[in-house]
Amino acid sequence: MDILLQQIINGLTTGSVYAVVALGYTMVYGVIQLINFAHGEVVMIGAMVAFAVIASLAGSALPPAAIVLAGVLAAVPACMLLGYGLERIAYRPLRHAPRLAPLITAIGMSIILQHLALLVWGRNPIAFPQIVSNPTFTVGGAAISGVQIGIILLSMVMMAGLSWFVYRTRFGIAIRATAENVHVASLMGVNADRVIAATFVIGAALGAMAGVMYGTYYGIAHYTMGFILGLKAFSAAVLGGIGNIPGAMVGGLLLGLVEALGTGYIGEYTDLCRWPGATDGGWMGERCADGAHFVLFGSNYQDVFAFLMLILVLVFRPSGLLGERVSERA
Amino acid sequence: MGWTTKEKVGLACIAAALIALPFVLAMAGTAWVRITNFAVLFVLLSLGLNIVVGFAGLLDLGYVAFFAVGAYVYALLASPHFGLHLPFWAILPIGAAVAGIAGAVLGAPTLRLRGDYLAIVTLGFGEIVRIFMNNLSAPVNITNGPKGINLIDPFRIGDFSFSANSGALSGPIKYYYFLLLVLLAVIVINRRLQDSRIGRAWVAIREDEIAAKAAGINTRNIKLLAFAMGASFGGIAGGMFAAIQGFVSPESFILNESIMILAMVVLGGMGNIWGVIAGAVLLSFMPELLRYTVEPAQKALFGKMLVDPEVLRMLIFGLALVLTMRFRPAGLWPETRHKRELDADRK
Repeated sequence: MDILLQQIINGLTTGSVYAVVALGYTMVYGVIQLINFAHGEVVMIGAMVAFAVIASLAGSALPPAAIVLAGVLAAVPACMLLGYGLERIAYRPLRHAPRLAPLITAIGMSIILQHLALLVWGRNPIAFPQIVSNPTFTVGGAAISGVQIGIILLSMVMMAGLSWFVYRTRFGIAIRATAENVHVASLMGVNADRVIAATFVIGAALGAMAGVMYGTYYGIAHYTMGFILGLKAFSAAVLGGIGNIPGAMVGGLLLGLVEALGTGYIGEYTDLCRWPGATDGGWMGERCADGAHFVLFGSNYQDVFAFLMLILVLVFRPSGLLGERVSERA
Repeated sequence: MGWTTKEKVGLACIAAALIALPFVLAMAGTAWVRITNFAVLFVLLSLGLNIVVGFAGLLDLGYVAFFAVGAYVYALLASPHFGLHLPFWAILPIGAAVAGIAGAVLGAPTLRLRGDYLAIVTLGFGEIVRIFMNNLSAPVNITNGPKGINLIDPFRIGDFSFSANSGALSGPIKYYYFLLLVLLAVIVINRRLQDSRIGRAWVAIREDEIAAKAAGINTRNIKLLAFAMGASFGGIAGGMFAAIQGFVSPESFILNESIMILAMVVLGGMGNIWGVIAGAVLLSFMPELLRYTVEPAQKALFGKMLVDPEVLRMLIFGLALVLTMRFRPAGLWPETRHKRELDADRK
């Protein structure tokens, strides 16, 4: 099996999900300069709602496609409502408060949502029932599953749809105008409140889809899944340049690739026994005898890559790949 | 400092009450002394985080990572794990230094950017530290992985051990007095810091960074100092935690702990030392209160447990953050200066 190609396929899959989640962060950040920490939890709740519906319908006579569709159709509106509620109840009253206040509220909402999900669905993950067959295809020595193809295609469609919406419609112009300057946009007749609420709702809808895809890929939905996913998606948004919509897409895919390739190769490259001269003798030679390994960092460090990426971007190119310069205080 | 007679009497009463407290609690059970000790630890942690969030206005969401660093430094240098048994008075400063350096290294790349980045980077850092604690057991066993490190030495001065009972003084009571002393020192340091040149620089940065810079403050270094100093306080608290508990594992240093400490600072009143102390005491005793009320109440009402008090506790912390920001952004006991700033901006 070709590891390189395999990891690229895996990376593109998770990367598409990161990209879709990152869009939610970046859109909200674009219009009100707020890191919506609760976005990861919105994604999680999308997955939980969908999986709960799918699991409860799994025994029925409905065709599998209809069951999955029912799950998605339950999750997306639920998350849109949640996104709207978050903006209306938690963030809007604080729009003119000092910057620390909405950030603290956001982290508070994230904790509340996470533990509400724990109350509703319990500590155990919800598994995706075996209702849809997942065929695997072989491409150039690597395997790609039907679910992976579905995730990549669906993400592309959603990203294209969002791009069309933001760059080709009247409301999209309003969103971009608000992101540019709220006050001037208001003077030009843009209803800023509506635009801000809309970015939350759109972000949440995309998040719900991402949650379902992510859950389907790994086979489970769990109340803690939103935290790390959110952190990675945020890193992706920063990588692409926060506030920048194409940037979030590029950043997500790139982060997915880096993570997959890093996880695939880190064990090999930090295996001291494979370093030149390691087996020449001495203590290391003994330790490495008979093809033994001395792996400093294995694939269990997978979650570190996104964070390292984030730090590197902040040090060397804080504006991200496609972003404008981030000022110290906007 | 000039104290009036009234203040002197008040202080004497508080001091007497704090000295007598463990013996009163011990009558209800040694468990309560232990709970109080952990409450004091959380007060220490909150005061450390208060330097970062309250004084300097930098949101640190992974503060527990520094607590973890301090705890693991103590655990590694005073346990059979490596066979090292250094005395506590040597390790605590080491732990503080290591945590402080970790804080500075983490802060250096992020502190010149907008504060939001710091929040997310610290959030990630908290998670990374946990990943390392969990996985640094191979190929060389440093942290012993998820199993954690056992049989950590208690504090010892000569033959006087803090964990053994000596007469009426049980182990937890001895630790209580030690913690109280540390707390006193930390409060004094905090008050001194607040009124110092550095403290005023922190407040200036919090209020208006550009103006502070224009006034000649090296904002980056001063912010870094706040970050490192807050982290080193966390490191000291971590060392004491390891010794009191006798055991550390990654389990104790999850995100929820960071949020809990943040909730204490925010609820009490960012920047106000007494407010933060009150917030920490309130929120650290609350879980115990919940355990003794919510469980029996639910069993009596519904015949079974519907809401785990642990979940309820986190919900309350989350609500505390959200509601405080919404209705009393300066906290329950606001710092006068901070209150003005947070209120004036609201429209």
